[in-house]
Amino acid sequence: MRLKQNPTLRRALHCSVLAAAVFAFSGASDPSTRFNELGHQLMCICSCGQILLECNHVGCPDSDGMRNELMAAVSRGDSDSLVQQAFVQKYGPTVLAAPTTTGFDRTAWIMPFVVLLAGIGFVVYIVRSWKNKPAPALADGLTPVRGAELDEFREQARKETDL
Amino acid sequence: MAQIGSFALLLALALSVYSFGVGLLALIFKDDPDWNRLGETARRAGVVVFPAVLLAALVLVVSAFRNDFSIAYIYHHSNRDLDAKYKFATLWSGQEGSLVFWSLLLSGYAFVLRLRYKTDPRLFAYASVILAGVQVFFFALVNIAANPFGLLEGPLRADGTGLNPLLQYPEMVIHPPMLYLGYVGTTIPFAFALGALIMKYPGDKWIHITRRWTMVTWGFLTIGIFLGAHWAYAVLGWGGYWGWDPVENASLMPWLVGTAFLHSVMMQEKRGMLKVWNMWLVFASFWLAILGTFLTRSGIISSVHAFAQSSIGPWFGWFLALTFAVFVFFFVQNHKHLRSEHKLEAVVSRESSFMFNNLLFCALCFTVLWGTWFPKISEWVQGNKVTVSAPFYNRVAIPVALLLVVLTALGPLLAWGKTSFESLKRNFMWPSVGAVITAIFLMATPPSWGGAFGLRPWQDVSYFYSLMAISLAVMCTLTIASEFYRGGRVISEKTGQGMFASMVQLTHRNTRRYGGYIVHFGVVVVIIGVAGGAFNIDKEQEMAYGDKMSLGPYTLLCRSYTDEEFPNYDAQWAVLDVFKDGRQIDTLTPERRFYKASQQTSTMPFIRSSLKEDLYVVYEGLNQDNGHPILKAHLNPLVMWIWLGVWIIIGGTVLALVPNAPAPVRVAVPRTLEHAAPVPAGD
Repeated sequence: MRLKQNPTLRRALHCSVLAAAVFAFSGASDPSTRFNELGHQLMCICSCGQILLECNHVGCPDSDGMRNELMAAVSRGDSDSLVQQAFVQKYGPTVLAAPTTTGFDRTAWIMPFVVLLAGIGFVVYIVRSWKNKPAPALADGLTPVRGAELDEFREQARKETDL
Repeated sequence: MAQIGSFALLLALALSVYSFGVGLLALIFKDDPDWNRLGETARRAGVVVFPAVLLAALVLVVSAFRNDFSIAYIYHHSNRDLDAKYKFATLWSGQEGSLVFWSLLLSGYAFVLRLRYKTDPRLFAYASVILAGVQVFFFALVNIAANPFGLLEGPLRADGTGLNPLLQYPEMVIHPPMLYLGYVGTTIPFAFALGALIMKYPGDKWIHITRRWTMVTWGFLTIGIFLGAHWAYAVLGWGGYWGWDPVENASLMPWLVGTAFLHSVMMQEKRGMLKVWNMWLVFASFWLAILGTFLTRSGIISSVHAFAQSSIGPWFGWFLALTFAVFVFFFVQNHKHLRSEHKLEAVVSRESSFMFNNLLFCALCFTVLWGTWFPKISEWVQGNKVTVSAPFYNRVAIPVALLLVVLTALGPLLAWGKTSFESLKRNFMWPSVGAVITAIFLMATPPSWGGAFGLRPWQDVSYFYSLMAISLAVMCTLTIASEFYRGGRVISEKTGQGMFASMVQLTHRNTRRYGGYIVHFGVVVVIIGVAGGAFNIDKEQEMAYGDKMSLGPYTLLCRSYTDEEFPNYDAQWAVLDVFKDGRQIDTLTPERRFYKASQQTSTMPFIRSSLKEDLYVVYEGLNQDNGHPILKAHLNPLVMWIWLGVWIIIGGTVLALVPNAPAPVRVAVPRTLEHAAPVPAGD
């Protein structure tokens, strides 16, 4: 309702959708950008261990042909996955510069984040449990300093130990 | 000569075996005075190992200079016309020699440690025996499986096959020694840690001793890694400095874990926390260094560093298993000794930031380890190899690295124990504002300014990462600057000195803390350099006389081609005039070499560096169809910042190793508490 009544808000929403669309599709149909992007997702198979577009061997028996094939595929308008499939079929799975996101290859992508998240969970658990530990008992007659007074002491100590 | 070298290596092995065996028995029967005396002989035998292996190394180098091609190693890694500096580097140019060099450095470290045993005789005795155990492994390796003094069968060769052309670059003389000093150096903290674990060392003195060794080792490893990156950039000719090759990854892993340790060790020193964790980090750093060597030399994982592959992989495999078993055994037996009282006062504290810092470093290390091994794991599981290259690491490691930069900015602002929200807000506001202004500025500037200007983060994820990296780098810089400023201001107010002099005094009074900040600043500068990689552009073109190539704001004009013959290689140059805004600014001479002995070609790119960008031109050779020369030019923004950042990191590390200057003594006035002597510096 508010959207209908408020043209500024409506215009802002349109702009956001347009910006999102531009962000999502920008460069996707530009052949040279696609060639560059796809060329950096493929490996040269001459056993130089380099990304296809970074293989710098003049007289390399493979890279020129591969680049031409890639350029032809991009010019035909083949989709990214079709181009990659064609290269895998011809040169084998090692032609892809990174594991795919299917089958067992998926674990390559997942594991680092699983480990990171598990680590974050563990650290949070440890930090909370250490924080919730009861403070050691004070000797008789001593009263712990708390609140603003404690913060003031901390700030003073920090200033002094900074030196 | 070969016999002298072989004998020296055999002697070093015998002395190491004695040092290990007798030293171990002396520790077992430590209450027996006779065994104590024998323990001293074990230490002395360990000291003599160094001159013995030094002799072997010298024999190898002298053999290279004398062109003694009867020695197979010299024949395969040198030739008569090889430049003197590369003949010297023959020692670490190949498998066998580099293992002798490794043994030499290990014995050098052990030599220093054994001479300084009076610092803590009991702990040093344990460390010495553990080191001797590692020495026995390496000397067994160079005596049995990879002897560099093996003689060539058949008639004596007139000349050697020469050194791999890619290795004939000045950094060959310094990169491997630095990297090896880093790798080998991890053995020393490991020896102290395991020794302290076995003997249930009372207190934390071992960690103070270990920390300095770790900093030295970390410094060497850092230099080694960046020298390798620079070498790759200056020689390989693909326009990049880091290719995520397994061998590069192998050097990164112990560095990441070592960096985590250098942070978490402060938790143990200040708060007596993380004793178990630190013990494992020290072990992991050593173990990963050996694992890296295993990867480099076993051939188990494909790498462009194939020149170092051989059949000694199983030796390293067994050694890794053995060291792991020994460490786990003693850890299980003695871990109760490492118990400490963990108590955190607040979640927002320096302690928590160190915990997350360690988590991120270890997560990065795991990512690199996982990515390096995944091709092999994939082969085991699904029967086919896959490639794990730059696109994988860029997508997985960069977000984690950016989180680390955030922590680098935030960490110094957090106090030990507890940080009030007000204090955090006050200290963090200006760095955050600086980061936001930087991001807006980079996006608002016109793209025609080139490089990182006119950044459009919505166009490509790499641009987004670059924007984040540069903005966070600015935030870190402001945080560091504010730390210097606030400390300097307090001293300035108390002493009346100028601000700069006060900041210098501040740094002298806590070199470790402020040296650490300088290291952080160096890392920030490196990050800015790396962020420039998102804007690299390149162009390849056939260029005959008078042809032009445009790249960014530059125009290259091909003036001529020339060649020259040198004793070791034939060289061809392209001579290119560089124009910018219609004005000639330079002449470039990218080179291509043909090495006679090895019959191999190599490129020597010409790099015109400035703070803004590198113009990197490679003479790739001749088109085989029409004979036209082909040149490839890269425009790589901000690369020089990486090398500048490394110098800052080195400076910060050296500063952190300098002992603190004593704080000036002040006489407290009894009735006015506010004039009491300041508390000595803390970290």
